[in-house]
Amino acid sequence: MFIQQMINGITLGSTYALTAIGYTMVFGILELVNFSHGTVYMFGAFICLILMSTFGLNFFIAFGISIVLTGALGIAIDRIALLPLRKRNAPKVTALISTIGVSIFLQNLVMVLWGSETKNFPRVIATKHIQYDSFRISYLQIIILVTSLVLMLGLTLFIKKTKIGKAMRATAQNIEVAKLMGINVDFIISFTFFLGATLATVAGVMVGMYYQSVDPMMGFMAGLKAFSAAVLGGIGILPGAVLGGILIGVSETIATGYIHSGYRDAIAFGILIAVLLIKPTGLLGKAVQKKV
Amino acid sequence: MIKTINESIKNRIASNRIVIYSAVIIGLISLPFMLTPFIVRMLIMAGIYMVLAMSLNLITGVTGQLSLGHAAFYGIGAYTSALLSIKLGWGFITTAFLGAGLTAVIAVLLGMATLKLQGAYLAIVTLGFSEIVRIILLNWMSLTRGPMGITGIPRPRILSFQFTSSTEYYYLILIMVVVTYISMNRIIESRLGRAFRAIKEDDLAAQSMGINVLKYKVMAFTLSAFYAGLAGSFYAHYVTYIDPQSFAFGESIQILSMVVLGGLGSMPGVMVGAGILVFAPELMRSLAEYRMVIYGGILSTMMIVRPQGILGGRKVKKKGRDTVVVTESS
Repeated sequence: MFIQQMINGITLGSTYALTAIGYTMVFGILELVNFSHGTVYMFGAFICLILMSTFGLNFFIAFGISIVLTGALGIAIDRIALLPLRKRNAPKVTALISTIGVSIFLQNLVMVLWGSETKNFPRVIATKHIQYDSFRISYLQIIILVTSLVLMLGLTLFIKKTKIGKAMRATAQNIEVAKLMGINVDFIISFTFFLGATLATVAGVMVGMYYQSVDPMMGFMAGLKAFSAAVLGGIGILPGAVLGGILIGVSETIATGYIHSGYRDAIAFGILIAVLLIKPTGLLGKAVQKKV
Repeated sequence: MIKTINESIKNRIASNRIVIYSAVIIGLISLPFMLTPFIVRMLIMAGIYMVLAMSLNLITGVTGQLSLGHAAFYGIGAYTSALLSIKLGWGFITTAFLGAGLTAVIAVLLGMATLKLQGAYLAIVTLGFSEIVRIILLNWMSLTRGPMGITGIPRPRILSFQFTSSTEYYYLILIMVVVTYISMNRIIESRLGRAFRAIKEDDLAAQSMGINVLKYKVMAFTLSAFYAGLAGSFYAHYVTYIDPQSFAFGESIQILSMVVLGGLGSMPGVMVGAGILVFAPELMRSLAEYRMVIYGGILSTMMIVRPQGILGGRKVKKKGRDTVVVTESS
């Protein structure tokens, strides 16, 4: 029972982690909580579903197109809703409201275009599972775990080893100095939005497959959880987002299994608050001394 | 030239202040007789949101602490007041102030624990708190009846006067808005308010000036929660039905949008923001399902066009475009 809950929790948590990466990368650079991120996650899953059901495309082609489309959407969000605010040096809370506006816009657009009801997500992967002792792990869970792991490792390598990754780290450390070093900061920020959006789409589609359903509201709670995960691990820190995601996922399934399913979300948030009270910068965050 | 015209307009307004004020007051009093009951009901909702927006403005606009959980205080006030009046049969004034009082007490406890956090950390903690409150309201079946909500909340009675019609409610909320506006203005202009503003501009500098930052943050938070609780109890006794969904995260976002749209820190601004965001969806009703799509678009567009908010703009100028703060490399 316990091991089973852990497996389910880690599977769920790895999708939170993928989504949390988008929050944490954007926050690392802009110190902005991007509230449109959860909606992008939902949008990606929806596009994939629509491409499959309406256009009759093969899952992998639909998945690929939806990743490209939401990546472009991520760039568009940055260029249209955030870049003008950055140029004018507007307060950060303004940018926050702007992303909320984008989120309301997109979510309702999806409802207008494809209806607000929950839709079935077709079964793509055979529902086989491996039975071991008293617990079992489905093929889908393995695929979700492996995909998340590969993507997270890939992203870490990308940020550590490539030139763009280096530029991203520099921008996150100090935008002004990065500019002085000849880094095209606006490009880097748009690129970060692109990466975040694509990862969110992968997470959204995998959650769609996992629960075999998608709905226009699915991005909301997932977005909140992913944001919590990012903050729990220490916002702005990549491994922190992964750790936070897994912890939130596991605490949720354990709470459902042992306490009461109604309090599932409350327990995830309760843990988050408790951790922040003890360690205000998140689990892996370092306290940054403010200098005057 | 323009400046002198502005000056002369200002002078004229100043000299005719009493005339203008009385005109506004008479206008506000006679408003319900000139409008349809539907619009009066909208005005009442706008009034509730004005109180909420002004209260959030105190902590987010004036003190500069981003709270994403204002709906929780609104909800605690509403539920406390509703339950007290149903279970114990107490009068509106008593339950409203007890509701607001309990909200304030919870805010003190939450504030003392969490207001050391900054920025995104404070935002997520307040958000998490409000989700926890909503989930408790949803699951504490024996007290709150969970998702079924509380029905049959008695309409307010003050002394022997029973509030029933929209017009009567309109006057009650009008008084609440005016009292909130005046008392909030007094707070902001007082020594307390100066401390709040100092914390917003630079908490480190405020601290070195001898301001106990945490103490003042908690005070701002508590006052803010008190007014929100008051608005909540009015709402409960006005619509006579409340459920946890009325106090969800979306509500916090709605109130925050009003504050930012109107102009952070500007009292008339946040009232305008509240008015616009209550009326906008109704005005766009003919657009049917596209209504919320356009609402979202307008919200973003407004931010891009006027980031300081409609009536915001008093801003302390900093030297240079951006103060470069040297941070430890982490």
